[in-house]
This record gives sequence, C-alpha cells and structure tokens, in this order.
Amino acid sequence: MTEVLVTQDGKPLHQSVQRALFHSKMRALLLIAPLLVFFIIGYIMPIFSVLYKSVDNDVVFEIIPETASMLQEWELSVGETPPEAIYASFAREMLTAANQREHGRLGVHFNKDISGLSSKFRRLGRQIKRWDFEDGQPFKDKFIASDEIWGEAALWADLKVYSERYTAANFARAVDGRLTPDGFEIRPENERFLMKLFVRTLTLSVVITLITLLLGYPIAWLMANVRTRTANLLLIMVLLPFWTSLLVRTASWRVLLQDTGVINSFLQWGNQSLPFLFSGAPYELMYNQLAVVIAMTHILLPFMILPIYSVMKTISPSYVRAALSMGANDWTAFWRVYFPLTVTGIGAGAILVFILSVGYYITPAIVGGTDGTFISNSIASYLKSNQGLGAALASLLLFIVLILYFLYDRFVGIDKTKLQ
Amino acid sequence: MKNKFTLLLASTFLVSGAVIAEVDEMTVVSWGGAYQNSQQKAYTEPYSADTGINFVWDESSSEAVNKLRIQAESGDISWDLVDVVAADAIRLCDEGLARIVDPDTELESAPDGTPASADFGDLIVSECFIPQIVYSTTWGMRNDVAEWNGAMPSSVCDVFDTDKFPGKRAILPNALNNMEWGAYCSRSFNRDQASVYAMLETEKGQQAALDMWSSIKDDLVFAASAADVPQLLQDGEVVMGSTYNGRLFALIAEGGVDNVEMLWDAQVFDLDGWIVPANLPAEREAAVMEFVRFATDTQRLADQAKYISYGPARASSAPLVGQHAELGIDMAPHMPTDPNNSKNTILTDYEFWADYRDDIDAKWEAWKVN
Repeated sequence: MTEVLVTQDGKPLHQSVQRALFHSKMRALLLIAPLLVFFIIGYIMPIFSVLYKSVDNDVVFEIIPETASMLQEWELSVGETPPEAIYASFAREMLTAANQREHGRLGVHFNKDISGLSSKFRRLGRQIKRWDFEDGQPFKDKFIASDEIWGEAALWADLKVYSERYTAANFARAVDGRLTPDGFEIRPENERFLMKLFVRTLTLSVVITLITLLLGYPIAWLMANVRTRTANLLLIMVLLPFWTSLLVRTASWRVLLQDTGVINSFLQWGNQSLPFLFSGAPYELMYNQLAVVIAMTHILLPFMILPIYSVMKTISPSYVRAALSMGANDWTAFWRVYFPLTVTGIGAGAILVFILSVGYYITPAIVGGTDGTFISNSIASYLKSNQGLGAALASLLLFIVLILYFLYDRFVGIDKTKLQ
Repeated sequence: MKNKFTLLLASTFLVSGAVIAEVDEMTVVSWGGAYQNSQQKAYTEPYSADTGINFVWDESSSEAVNKLRIQAESGDISWDLVDVVAADAIRLCDEGLARIVDPDTELESAPDGTPASADFGDLIVSECFIPQIVYSTTWGMRNDVAEWNGAMPSSVCDVFDTDKFPGKRAILPNALNNMEWGAYCSRSFNRDQASVYAMLETEKGQQAALDMWSSIKDDLVFAASAADVPQLLQDGEVVMGSTYNGRLFALIAEGGVDNVEMLWDAQVFDLDGWIVPANLPAEREAAVMEFVRFATDTQRLADQAKYISYGPARASSAPLVGQHAELGIDMAPHMPTDPNNSKNTILTDYEFWADYRDDIDAKWEAWKVN
C-alpha cells in the first residue's frame, strides 16, 4: 500500500497541485480573455456569418414557407406545371405577403437568378388582393390570367431550384455558372468574368510577390550588413512610406503615371529637346495591370524587406567567412551557405505579401482601370447589391488562400517560417 | 430584483413616452456635401426658424437600403426621413420598408391648384417616393482638342465616333446609362426612350449595345467614381467624360474651368427624393409628414436650385428657379430640365432596371473583363 503524500493541511498533494495549477490557468485565461472575446466576436463570427450567408436562402422560407416545401417535394417532369395544390398555397401565401408588403422582396430575391421576375411579383402583389379566393375557380387559371408566365413549366422548374432552404446558387454563380433543373451549367462566354478575376488576382499577386522579393532581398542584405548608422537611415527610408496613408501613396502613383503625368511629361519634354534619346508618345502607364503591379509593389515592399532583414540580422558573418576560407567562391558561399539561412525570412515575407495582395482593394480600384481590378473589387460591389453572391465570392477567396497555405505548409513547412 | 427591473422598464417607457409626445428633433438622412447643404439652406433652416424643430443629419444615403433593413429588423427606427435615389426608393417600397404616400392629400398642391400628383407627373415612380430633384448623367467635352479641327460633338453618338473626335473618353463603371447610350446609338432610326428599353430587353439588343462600346473600348477610361470624371477632364487625361450634371456644373461654373463644355444631348434623367420609413411611431410620423408637406412645395423646390444645379421635380417650380446664391448667375440654363437642355432626353426606366439589372450587370462586367 502506497503512502499518499499530503500537504500540511492534510489534503493529498496531488489535489493541491491540481488546484494551484487550475487557479493559475484561470488567471492566465482571464488575462487573455479580452483578446479571446475580441478574436471570437471580431474574427471567427464574421467569417462564419459570411459562410452562412453564402448558402442561406431564408427569404423564400420566410415569405412562402409552405409553397417552398411543397415545391421541394414536387417531382419534376419536363413540360409539367405544378399541381393545383401548389398554386393554391402560392396564392394564399402571396396574398399574406402582399398584405404585409413583402412580395416585392421575394421578387427581388428571385430576380437575382431569374431575370424579369421582379416586376412580375410586384404586379402579382397588386392584383392578388383583388382575387376572389372563394369562387371555386382553379388558382392556376387565375395566375395565368394575371400573367402568362405563371403557366410556364420552365419558370416553375427554376423556382423549384431556387427555393431550396440552403442553396448552392451563389457558389455556382461565383464560378461563372448557374443552377438549372438538370444541375450545374456553365454560363455562356459573354457572361463569364468572375473566374477570370480570380485568376488575374492570383497571377498578379504572384508577380507582385516575386518583384518585391527581387527588389527587397538586396535592400534587406544591405541593411543587415552596413554600419548601424547607415542601416538606421535605410530602415527609416523603408518605413517612411509605411507611415504614409495608403490612399496618398496610391494617388501619388496616379500623378506620376497618368498620360499627362510627371513621367510622360518628362518624356515628352525630352523628346522635344533630345529626340534621339526619348520617344515622344505618351506611354500607357495608368489604368492597367502595369499600374497595379507598380503601385502595389511599392506599397507592399516593406512587408517583404522587414522579415528578411530580421532573419539576416541573426546570421553570423563567420559562416560566410568560413565558407570562403575553405575555398568556396563568392557565389557558392552565398548560394550554399548564406541563402539557405535566409529562406525562413523569404517564406515569411512572401506569405505576407501574397496574402495581403490577394485581398487588396483600394489600389486596384484607383489605378487598375478595368484590366487591373481584383476579385475584392467585385466582392465589395456585390456585398452592396447581392449579399449572397458577395459572401460566396469571399468564401471562395478564403478557401483558395487556405488551400495555398496548406500547399505551402506541405512543401515548405510553416514551422520554417520566421515572422519576427 | 424583479421589482427593480420592472421599475426600470416602466421608467424607460415613461421617459421615451415623454420624448415621443413632443417631437422637437428629426433625423434626416442625406448624401452630405453640396447637395445636403442645399437641402439645409432651402428646407430645414427656414423650417427650424418657423417651428423650432431641430434637424440631425446622417450622411448615409448611399447605404440607406441596407441600414434601413437593419433598423426595421431591430424594430428601432431612428431615421425620420431618408433621401434616396428613385431605384432605392422602389426597392425600399417593395420590401415594405418605406411608407406609402398619397400625393394629393399629403403633399401641397401647386399654387394654381394643380394637385401634387399632376404637378410631379411621371416622376412619382413608386407609391412611397416623393420626388425632389431631377438630375442627369450627361457628357462634358473639352473644347480645346487640336485633332478635332474646331468641331464639337453635338450628339451623344459622337462619343462613338473616334475618327472624327479622337481621344480618350471617361465613363462611370456601371452598366446603368451606358447601356442606354450604347443601345440608342446602335440604332440608326427610332432613337427614342421606348425603343431603347424595348431593345435592351432582348439578348440581341443587349449585345448590340455592348458591341457599340466594344468599338471604342481601347479609348475608354473607367472612372473609379463620379468625382473622378471632372478631374480627368480638367487634367486633360480624357477629351470627354460622362458623370452627373451637378459635378460638371461644379467644374465649369463654380470651378471656372472654361475649356470644358456640357453636352446635353440624350442626357439620362434620374430622380432623387424622400421616403418616410414605414411603421414610425404616430407622433413622429405626423411631424415628419408635416415637414415633408413644407419641404416639397413649389417654392421650396425652386429654392433648392439656388444652391445646386439639379432641376426641381415639380413642373410648377421651373419658372421660379432664380440665380445661384453665391455666384449670382442664372441657374435655369444649367438645369437638366431647362427646355433648351432637355430637347432630347432619356428617363431611366426603373422597372426595366429592377428586372434586368442582375443580368445586364453580369454581361457588362464580363464585357469589361474580356
């Protein structure tokens, strides 16, 4: 039989320690509680609410719940309109909706996917209040008398598709498709643009990341290897734009790049005095992808330089010296010894710049024209006009970033990334 | 504890009851800037002087639909009167968020006795909407372009003629108005409002309008906002640009830029006006309706035009439009509704846009990207 260790007040030691630990854990939790609450309210909840909004179809179920459920149970067969029971239920619920002035909202909702329905619902709402519900005539005839569209099988097939409680319609649209009674269908060429915007956003973000790396790496090296005074000066020069408003920096690029801007005016002037050196035609530097790449590279450069710099600071110069003394030439010493030590900083900088630029909004909107807008510009405009679609686009962007993050972790390893 | 809570609740009711019984403050929602200023000068300042009612301004008109939705859901409507564009008014009315207004009993008749419904005429585009001003989206043109050899565009379709009028054109980034002009100029006859919208209801017509824009796509600059266009014109970045007529007025008349001129041909009319939120408490509703009756009478609408170049929505106000309050220039020639400027106009067809907006927007965006 083992002796149970007890503390002075006679309680088992095990329990006492547990209690003390519990208290200190609670205290720790209390300390981070404000942050935790902020994190949940300000970050986790909005993400889930956006995810929910992208599939939620509650407008239909709020206004015509019975009709919507009946439509879901209705077996679709080609060219058939729904049975009288559905028409009757639709009439009853539409009358209630019209009396509460909610029919228009339903029309606006369906109109997002079936063009032309908004006015049909508005008209139906006006007329339905005058219908005689007790005269024994089939409701289907009443609907068709009010507008022929209610007798069209294709419309009802579409209504069934868009009356599901949780809908994939927004995601279908986010990838340039639409839902049909037969399933998913890609939209015709002249209506596709969202996928192109996604591809453009990702491509340009990669380009921007690579350019910031090419420009930022030497600067970071310089900062890590010159005298402290010079390094501080360089650091201030890197940070100064960082402290300037984003809008101001973007607008200044516009002043520089536009057709009558500083650069083109200078070339124009050069062309007049030294025609053999300068070409005269104004170059199109503004309102295109070039402008976006230039402006965003400038704005995001510090995010690349700082992580690389902080890693380079910690690399002892003796490593490279050792390599050189053992017969490596400059290139080998850099590539085989120094560079691998900076990879963690590059990884951190690249991830920062890439993820920031994927979600960039203001700069593309101002300098991008139509060639250079990003998917976030569409998300912003849809969040005003069509929340479901905006939410679906935002979710899709989130998924894409998560997948890229996963791939990065798989091939580079997130634990190899150093952020400080 | 329970008693304490009941007491608290009761006192809250008492306090709020006291506030409701006497309305001495109203929250009005508008757009801010020069426009809101014109409303203050013409409507609320005289009304405050008469009645002692205070006005609190909320510059939320651009997000009015969403914010009003939220207020209605929470049941706590803090706004008394909201200034919105007609399309938003229709939407708010559809969703039951705006109160229905009977113009003939709730609004003032014209001085000659014409009932309000006839005085406003077609501009009452929704039973909740109380029209206030007519504004238009139209074109500003540089008059110092050397390549034009002294010629100036006289028709909106000259925008599509880059041989005769070379140079860049700035347009607003939305399909609205641009689709109308595309459709209008793609026709060689029957260029009128009805045929433009009939055309845009068909796939073929929409494509024809887009093709029109495709023909000059390389020369287009898509402005980020309405305020961008005057800037681009002034900088000489573009030789023509379309935006709201008030913005161009600010550039030309107030800013004194004399190398930009207006082109009024086929200007697209749009409306701005008031809605009263639905389900206001009775006292507040009565108070705000009284203010609305005052603020939308013939004289008040004409007064607003002293401060901004938007046309009054009542026919009876037009003859009363006077001079700019600070510049002292005659405002009539700068009004989109002036007979000389409105020889050829398109009035936005709100029902059409409510039905086709989602569809056409998608096509327009796709066209922009491709």
